[in-house]
This record gives sequence, structure tokens and C-alpha cells, in this order.
Amino acid sequence: MLEKALTGSKRYWTWITFLLAFIVAGVLAYLHQFDYGLGVTGMSRDVSWGFYISQFTFLVGVAASAVMLVIPYYLHDYKKYGKIVILGEFLAIAAVTMCILFIFVDLGQPMRVMNVILHPTPNSILFWDATVLNGYLFINLIVGWTTLTADRKGTPPPQWVKPFIYLSIPWAVSIHTVTAFLYAGLPGRHFWLTAVMAARFLASAFASGPSLLIILCLIVRKVSKFDPGKEAIQSLGKTVTYAMFANVFLLGLEFFTAFYSQIPGHMHAFQYLYAGIDGYGKLVPLMWTSTILAVFALIMLVNPNTRRKEGMLALACVSVFISLWIDKGFGLVVGGFVPNPFERITEYWPSLPESLVTLGIWSIGFLILTVLYKIAIAVRERTASWPELH
Amino acid sequence: MSINRREFLKIAGASTLFGLTGTAAVEEILKTSADASVLKGADALSAKRWAMTIDVNKIRSKEEYEKIIHACHSIHNVPDIGNQKDEVKWIWEEEYENSFPGVSDEFVPAHIMHKPFLLLCNHCAKPPCVRVCPTKATFKRPDGIVAMDYHRCIGCRFCMAACPFGARSFNWRDPRPFIKEENKEFPTRMKGVVEKCTFCSERLARGQKPACVEASGGALVFGDLEDPNSEVRHVLSTHYTLRRKPELGTGPSVYYVIGGGTEHA
Repeated sequence: MLEKALTGSKRYWTWITFLLAFIVAGVLAYLHQFDYGLGVTGMSRDVSWGFYISQFTFLVGVAASAVMLVIPYYLHDYKKYGKIVILGEFLAIAAVTMCILFIFVDLGQPMRVMNVILHPTPNSILFWDATVLNGYLFINLIVGWTTLTADRKGTPPPQWVKPFIYLSIPWAVSIHTVTAFLYAGLPGRHFWLTAVMAARFLASAFASGPSLLIILCLIVRKVSKFDPGKEAIQSLGKTVTYAMFANVFLLGLEFFTAFYSQIPGHMHAFQYLYAGIDGYGKLVPLMWTSTILAVFALIMLVNPNTRRKEGMLALACVSVFISLWIDKGFGLVVGGFVPNPFERITEYWPSLPESLVTLGIWSIGFLILTVLYKIAIAVRERTASWPELH
Repeated sequence: MSINRREFLKIAGASTLFGLTGTAAVEEILKTSADASVLKGADALSAKRWAMTIDVNKIRSKEEYEKIIHACHSIHNVPDIGNQKDEVKWIWEEEYENSFPGVSDEFVPAHIMHKPFLLLCNHCAKPPCVRVCPTKATFKRPDGIVAMDYHRCIGCRFCMAACPFGARSFNWRDPRPFIKEENKEFPTRMKGVVEKCTFCSERLARGQKPACVEASGGALVFGDLEDPNSEVRHVLSTHYTLRRKPELGTGPSVYYVIGGGTEHA
């Protein structure tokens, strides 16, 4: 089926070239980092994780969100998702690949990455994270490819793939829970040491992932003859609404615990992120942008009149995605390191090489996504005239 | 004492002769090599759990602090990179309120408030850094020392996020050009790995106390926490001491002597 990605319009090839340009820039920036060391990034002794790990954290959520299509379609037989469940699975493949790449570029000694397998250490959450991420990639490759191949032939998917589909549901939950455990089990980092971390991760995942999927569906409809379906998009919109409310609610719980208890260590990171401390407040404008976008999106989403208009829904989804990207793809990781264990403040901002590597990996992700979607759409366009398969 | 081919054959042959199972033979070999790995030098100092006390009142001048820090950093090839972002340090000074956040009081004697405290790895009884390391590159030895294998470390920096004491440094760049005078008897590190204080395990193996203790003129005391007759236990039983963030339950092995001892009273 891969050959379907090799033929396309001029617009398709322009997009591919555009992504390749960013990938080349990213690779060059990475080679520079590989040669000099991670000192080319904005990270420091005090803020020892930055953009790479926060992108990874955010994208695990995007990957896990495929389950929001898989559950309704495969467990509740919600047929409207029949045509787009493959888009969710392929999005998961692209997102997990980016996750793995972001961890890799964050390593100080990348050539030793196999030590994680050579010296397996079950007491390390990172060991489990590597395990579940690779497992999730594997499951989605099997499920996505098999179901699409069956679709192309006009046959139902083979029986043997069913267990993998069902397994993908708890597995999706596991990848984000384990990722939350990377943070939530560390003593001395008050901002992360919270039992609702995994719950908040899942809520934000089920808002950010489906909102990206809605945007992708609308793009797919525009650039191809394949229509993901108005009702399917509307249903996803409801998922985004519920999940975003859950996420904001959980964030509110964090604020309550920190500020009603008045325990300094619990308040510090929030103060730094939203108000700044002692004149240090590089992230304050970003965090407020995130907040305003979240409020705006919720108003648009909760009102059926705006949610039902696809243009408005798209705007709300873009807002949700950016809001959560700032919150989780930036603030969450940096906030855990500020103030440092000595209650001193060292700020962080990504450097140019670091930003280029990050953009490069996002471009690799979008390239994978484009190629996979191209194949899926080609199959869908051909079978669109056929009667319902499932 | 590693096992050679002849010994291996002897054990293997014996196991066959006496009808021992194959696994028993393997166990025998493993036992031999495990014994070999803990072979000690004749003068080596040993303990059930190494610990340190730091009497902040006994270090009086800036020169004394610098002497102690230099003693450590010079023999361990700790680079002086000269900027805070890339900084590598094993032992350093920090203000009282920054050393004990959440514990420090507003009204304490001025000599305590503005006294620099010497900070270093606490060699915790339950080290979070060891718990999170995905490759066992950092590990706890039977004598309580939290050690590092610089050749196994992949540089993920999970240990830095996990350490509540900010004791760990990462080599953001090649440290070697920033080592003023290289000590050939101790390894230098490469870029991309984490490092920290080792309680001078290499000196203990030769029967010497840690370099900082030696340079401190009696302010720093080192010994076995589990031995009731050790010097550290004597200090602990006669002085009021503080540990950093004991509420986190990591069990730091470095104690700070704050007030005067009963022996002075």
C-alpha cells in the first residue's frame, strides 16, 4: 500500500518538501548538539529537563487519545467512527514515534540507549515508559495496517487482530499513566508530587488529541474526496468538551490544594508560572495565554450553537490544542524545576538549536502522519462508493 | 580473584563426577566471582553505613571553605567551567535558608543566618536517584555510599529530577578543557553523563578518609553510623544536628552540627 504515498498532487509534494526542509534543519542542529553536548540547549544544572521532555510528555497524550475513537467504535459499535478510527490509529503512530525521538535527543549519551534494555531496571519508571511506548507503537502498527489492508480488499478485518484492538484500550491508558508516574513519584518536586497527575494527563490528552483529530479531519475533507463525516466530527467535539472541562477542573483542584493549604512549597511553582517570583516570570505571558485560550475554547465548546458550526468548532479545537501545548508541552516540566531545591530561581528558555531539533521532530511526525493519511485516504476514496463495510 | 579456565573445568568436572546438576555448578562459579568483586585492600576502611557530620561553627573563614572545596574538586577532576548554566560541583557553599528551605526560621542568631553551609551528596539510605535510574548507572553500595558508573550512564538526567538536594551535576559539554590540573589517578568524565560526590570511595579503599574531611581540620567528621563507638556517633550523641529535608524520608547521611556540644557546656 505504501506506493500510494508516492503519487500525489503538486500541493502534496510541496507540503512534503516543506517538511523535509525542517527535518534537514533539525538533523543539522542535532548533529551540532551531538558534537558539543546538551549544553547547546537552554537547559542547565537547575532546569535539567526542558523542551524535549515536555514535547514528549505532551505527545504521549496525543498518542493515547486514539482510544477515544477505538472505545466507541469497537466496544459500543458506534458506526460513525468506522471511517475515521484509522485516522486516530495513524495519528497515534506518528505521535509515539515523535515521543521516542524526543527521548532519544534528550539523552546525553545517545549511543548508550541500549543500556536500558541491556540492564533492565524494573524499579525505574523510565524502563516501563520505554516498554509501554514501544508496545503501543507496535499495537497501533499492527491494528492500523491490518484493518486498512482488509478495507482495501473489501473484507472485514481478520479475527486475530481483535485481541490487539481490545488490548490497545488499556494500553493507551497505561502509556499516559506511566508517563505521569515519571513525575508524580519524585520526592522534593512539589509541583509534580500530586496524585491527580495521571488523571490530569489523561483528561488533557483526551482533549488535545481529539481536537487535533478534528482539525485533521477538516483538512482531509478539504484536500481529498474522502469525507470523515459531519456526525463523527461533532461526536469528537463532544469528547473534547467533556475532556477539557475535566482537565480544567483537575487543574483547579491543584490550585485549591496549593493556595488553601498555603504550604509555600506547593504554591511556589504556581506563583512562578502565573505571576512570577522576584521579578522572574518568563513563562507568565505564556501561561496566561494558555488560560485565556482554555476559557475561550470552553465557552465555544459548551454552547451547542457554536460547537455545531464547524468553523467555530475548528477555532475552539485550535485553542484547546495550543492551550494544552503551553500547559503541558512547556509549563508542566519547567514549573517542576522552578524554584530549584535551594529555593533559588533559574529560568529556562529553549535555545535556537534546541528549537530547530524540536521543529525537526515535529516535522518527522507530520511527515509520517501525511504519508499514512495519504495511504488511508487513497483507500477510502476508492471504497467510498462501496456499500458500508461494517 | 577471577576464575580461570582450569578452575572452571575442575568445578565442572567435579559436578559431573559427583552427579551435581548443571545449575549447582553455575551457582558455585557465581559465588566465586561474587566474592572476588568485594575483595578489599589490606588497609581499606569499611563500614556498615558511612556518614558525615559537618560542624558549621568550626569552619570560620572563606579560605577554610575554599580549601575544603578545592581538596575535593582538584583530586576528582571537577571542571571549573565558570558559568552557572554548565556548572559541575560536588561540594559547595550555600546560605542557611537555601540549605534548609521550609525549616529555616526568620529569627535565628546572625552567625547562623549568614553562615555558609557545605552541601554535598547526602548518600541517602533510600536514595530516589537510585530508584529512578533506568540502567543502574547509579547504585547504592553495601556500605551506604551512592556511587556512579560513568560508563553506563545514558545521560537521561532522571536522577537529577529525583534528587531533592540538587546534589547532581550533568556534563552539558566536554569538561576536560576546564580541568586546571588533571589528577591522573582519578578518571575524568565525558560530556553527557551525570556526576556527584562519591564520599571518596577511592580513598576509603586505600585507607584514607574523604579529602574534604582531611582538609577540614576537624570540622568534618566521617565514620560508621551503625557503629555506636564511631566518631560520628559520638558527635551525634553530644550535639544538636540537622539534616536536610528529613521529612522526605530519603534518610540523608550528612548531619549538620548547629549548636555547641554538651561537652562545651
